[in-house]
Amino acid sequence: MTRTESGPAPKGGRRRGDQPMVPRADFDSYYGRPVIKAPSWGAVDIAGYFFLGGLAGAGSTLAAGAHLTGRPRTATAMKVSSLAAVSLSAAALIHDLGRPSRFANMLRVLKPTSPMSVGSWLLSGYGPAAGVAAASAVTGRLPRTGALATGAAALLGPAVASYTGVLAADTAVPAWHGAHRELPHLFAASATAAAAGMALAVGPTRENGPARYAAGLAALADLASATAAERSLGMVAETWRQGRAGFLLRTARVLTVSGAVGAAVLGGRRPAAIASGLALLAGSACTRFGVFAAGIASAKDPRYTVLPQRERAEARADTGPGG
Amino acid sequence: MSEERVGFFTDTSVCIGCKACEVACKEWNALPEDGLSLTGMSYDNTQALGASTWRHVAFIEQLPSGDGQSAADGDGRMRWLMSSDVCKHCTHAACLDVCPTGSLFRTEFGTVVVQEDICNGCGYCVPACPYGVIEQRPADGRAFKCTMCYDRLGTGLEPACAKACPTDSIQFGPLDELRERAALRVDQLHEAGVADARLYGHDLADGVGGDGAFFLLLDEPEVYGLPPDPVVTTRDLPTMWRHAGAAALSVLGGLALSFAMAGRGAKAGRSVRAGRGALVGWGVTVGRGAMAGWGVTAGRGAMVGRGATVGRGAMVGRAAMAGRRRR
Repeated sequence: MTRTESGPAPKGGRRRGDQPMVPRADFDSYYGRPVIKAPSWGAVDIAGYFFLGGLAGAGSTLAAGAHLTGRPRTATAMKVSSLAAVSLSAAALIHDLGRPSRFANMLRVLKPTSPMSVGSWLLSGYGPAAGVAAASAVTGRLPRTGALATGAAALLGPAVASYTGVLAADTAVPAWHGAHRELPHLFAASATAAAAGMALAVGPTRENGPARYAAGLAALADLASATAAERSLGMVAETWRQGRAGFLLRTARVLTVSGAVGAAVLGGRRPAAIASGLALLAGSACTRFGVFAAGIASAKDPRYTVLPQRERAEARADTGPGG
Repeated sequence: MSEERVGFFTDTSVCIGCKACEVACKEWNALPEDGLSLTGMSYDNTQALGASTWRHVAFIEQLPSGDGQSAADGDGRMRWLMSSDVCKHCTHAACLDVCPTGSLFRTEFGTVVVQEDICNGCGYCVPACPYGVIEQRPADGRAFKCTMCYDRLGTGLEPACAKACPTDSIQFGPLDELRERAALRVDQLHEAGVADARLYGHDLADGVGGDGAFFLLLDEPEVYGLPPDPVVTTRDLPTMWRHAGAAALSVLGGLALSFAMAGRGAKAGRSVRAGRGALVGWGVTVGRGAMAGWGVTAGRGAMVGRGATVGRGAMVGRAAMAGRRRR
């Protein structure tokens, strides 16, 4: 038996809306061993997929907007970027399977209770649409089919970008499930920032007006949802602030904000637009890898599983039976 | 369920830590060796449940300590707690809910089993389990866990671990009967002065709808490495899908707003006009459809939670039939 000490109290005074109870100072864990099992997913594969899927999905919507408003070079570049990102995504997902040869079993059933099943079907609709849109844009052939595919990818893309938040949150991993309301919004905002970054980096400056606005909106939404997530997480928010995850998420914030500010102020100049775009892309990647690392850290320390549950059980006991 | 729901009642107050259950499980299910190391922390060298360890006997040595919080027995001497842990075969099983291939299914006995010929090793069930039971076998890639000896149940035999347990710490039987027996045992222990005796996983109103394998413990659950208040996270799935839907719409809305603010592109040339016409018309129609669709999805999501119990019943039957046929 190991007495597990709880960490130092979070910095800053308690504000209204904070946790109503102070968690018990310590508890008895089973020799400090984790209660739940951390996912065996590879960070490069799965956090990488969260990033690439978001880039592809939001990128397709941006491409359709560019297509509609007469920004052909950005439209084509974003369609190609989305196809490349979704292809890499599929490769990463299949690579991460314990039995890659059985990847087709993902489409054996459709289960709304399984975000991974829903995601597999989404990707199998979105992927071909993104492929046709890109192929038509590059070759100039079948413009009508290309336009239809562009529209389909633009509508499915945002779902591809946001469902990954549900995929992570629908687990017993404290740093993910504790933020199950905010994670889809954070991932959607991060995806939009990545897509805007790609458009800034690859599109001509005369076409990048929408991407500059989108970068600003996405950065604001990203900051707001990350802050809301940390508030919902209570003491588990430590895992978003400490260690590797803390470093990645702090870096993500700096990159995303500087990318958005750079895009807004200097986005009219080519080198500045490229630099801002790359910062936004890197910021989005850091967000996904940071959230992924926070999840692993929270799964490995029994404190993050036990203390919030104990607090919940005690609060329920205080309000009486049936409360 | 075509059969009565069965389960385990593990009474840890009579566990002697002999590990016969671990051995019987490994033998009957032909589980591979998964480590022969000494932990140095206690007599527990098995360490945890996993892909190739479906019964795990926990050894807890409680020394009298100054703070008096959970030290030892009533007389202040050191005590040993021993408990044989196993898959809980939850009423609302997260592993089963999130499995994207349908490999995990509920049997006619109310237990949760992995179909190894279907599992593609996606690993989603692993972090979904609130008890940290199911795991992927590294060399194999697929996920494995206790089947409650599905093959033995089919021929009317009890699971190997219960059969091997010399003190009847592991009791197997119809779940309702086990719950009654467990309630009597707790009362008996309380009368005998063991005030800390409590049941774990017996409550049908808990976060997983009650466990198919429940326990009598002599200390807080976390002392045994068990979560104090586990929940099936799919309970919150309708909320999550609604937020994902809103987030997806906000991407569409945010980007539309960005394009509106930026105005038209410099070169709205004729070349794009043909394709654009098609896209505009189609986009409006589909966009409207999508909005309606999202509404439906959100609505349906809300129903998932409520319908889960009912739907699960139907699915159980079908899955069980499928499983049987395959065998």
